[in-house]
Amino acid sequence: MKRPRIPTWLERQRYLLDFTLSSLGRRKGKNLALASLYTLVVFGLASVLMYTQALRGEALRVLEGAPDVVVQRMVAGRHDLIPGDRVERLSRIRGVQEARGRLWGYHYDASAKANLTFLVPEKFWGKPGEVVIGEGVARTRLAAPGEPFPILASDGSVVVLKVRETIPSTSELVSSDLVLLSESDFRRLFGVPPDLFTDVALTVPNEKEVATVANKIRGQMPDSRPITHAEIARTYEAILDWRSGLVVLVLAAALLSFGIVAWDKASGLSADERREIGILKAIGWDTSEVLAVKVWEGAVISLSAFLVGLLLAYVHVFVTPAPLLAPVLKGWSTLYPSFRLTPALNPFLVSTLFLLTVVPYTVATVVPAWRAATTDPDAVMRS
Amino acid sequence: MFHQGRPDELVAVDGVSLRLEDAKVTVLRGPSGSGKTSLLALIGCMARPTSGRIHVGEREVTSLPEHFLTQVRRRTFGFVFQQFHLVRGLTALENVMLPAYPLGGSRKALTARAQVLLDRFGVGGRSRARADWLSGGEAQRVAIARALVNDPQVVVADEPTAHLDSKLSVGFMDLVAALRGEGRTVVIASHDPIVHDSAIVDRVVTMRDGCIVGEGP
Repeated sequence: MKRPRIPTWLERQRYLLDFTLSSLGRRKGKNLALASLYTLVVFGLASVLMYTQALRGEALRVLEGAPDVVVQRMVAGRHDLIPGDRVERLSRIRGVQEARGRLWGYHYDASAKANLTFLVPEKFWGKPGEVVIGEGVARTRLAAPGEPFPILASDGSVVVLKVRETIPSTSELVSSDLVLLSESDFRRLFGVPPDLFTDVALTVPNEKEVATVANKIRGQMPDSRPITHAEIARTYEAILDWRSGLVVLVLAAALLSFGIVAWDKASGLSADERREIGILKAIGWDTSEVLAVKVWEGAVISLSAFLVGLLLAYVHVFVTPAPLLAPVLKGWSTLYPSFRLTPALNPFLVSTLFLLTVVPYTVATVVPAWRAATTDPDAVMRS
Repeated sequence: MFHQGRPDELVAVDGVSLRLEDAKVTVLRGPSGSGKTSLLALIGCMARPTSGRIHVGEREVTSLPEHFLTQVRRRTFGFVFQQFHLVRGLTALENVMLPAYPLGGSRKALTARAQVLLDRFGVGGRSRARADWLSGGEAQRVAIARALVNDPQVVVADEPTAHLDSKLSVGFMDLVAALRGEGRTVVIASHDPIVHDSAIVDRVVTMRDGCIVGEGP
């Protein structure tokens, strides 16, 4: 028997798709309810995956500028201030190009009910008495450039600094709660003596030497803890994976219930659907053609729900400030910086979602439809 | 034979040998349960016999795989069912077009062909009406139009007048006469006297208990 020409095949698929659409329209209520549920599941899953991936991207962008090794001093298992002479000793270790003492810390601002991060940058471009603040800080403190910025110092006095500007940032995720200031102001505010630093940042140009340098530091200064760039990156990853894992776990329950509904819908063809399949067989449709209609039916529902869910998730994550996920995934305890994530749609993420949603649903519709489609065409005559 | 080897085994058609002539009207007559519908299903390649052979023209079709048997069925036979079996929710026109969907072809040509058939059977004005809004007579005419959309050589009708009044039943036989006039073969299973006593019927085959018990013009 001759194989059908391509145009005939296409025309036939068009007829079958037309019939599928009219068939879906005839059972509007049921199909709409199913598609809405489906969209909701895709929306939830896609939101979590997109959000954590975008957060990961932001964090990695920030890490690009992080030092190769950070050395902290430990006292009784706790992070303590590190003496200034260690900076000199660390810079003499082979493989270390530069060692720089850093000053940074946290400060709970009771008036804004927010936790702020104070940092002395390598080259502070302001004058002593000035601060440069993140957008989140500007928002919560209602502080604009030129305005005073009072801070309660560690000795109980109020130190009034002046806002120089807000931070021009590449990633709002980390800079949102940041206050940049001069070394003298930092020491005054927190009562840090001149010969102590929070930690020491090392530059190790050769990536392969990082582990060796870290080992040497442990040997020479047993009370210190070297933290490598790779370890920081791993910590970020682990935190994000853990947080997204928690949400995905909750969503898994939703996915499971959706699976049950979909399976129930697909396997429990209504009497009307069975009758229709019987008529199609009786008027000359082949089992494969009936099956094609059912596959189209599943594909139309799942693909449209998939695309709409994906689009809604994209809007939720990248256009709105992700109100449904931010409190869980961002992890800020007191200050919620409302930042916008850099839009990104990873093909791997889209295909994972596709495999998780469209494929199982289509399979779930095909199997029972195949069972119904293999009925004898004469069953209609006997009904 | 249905449910072979099970306690409810049923021999619906037994020892039947029948040759149908081209361009003639044959009626299978007999009481309910006599095997008319089962024989009609066998003739129309809708079912396979447990034993025995069926030829369509020169071709033996009993051993064909389902896919090929379906191809023979939809190109050779058009069916009119007792309950008409139109798809609810679709329009009369869409119902008529339905058997032609798997064959592909131009939609414009198919729509025109379906409309011509509906016009011919006097229901052209109802082409946009949904199947569930049609009266019994209209539904039957739409079902006949559907049976003819693939231009089959043989039209098979199972108790086509069971749900029609006498006037509509006579009208149906006029349509059958027109089909025969076009050179089509018509096979009808019916125990309605309006059908088997009609002057346009060439041959009446009487059945009982799955067997042929008599034949006459």
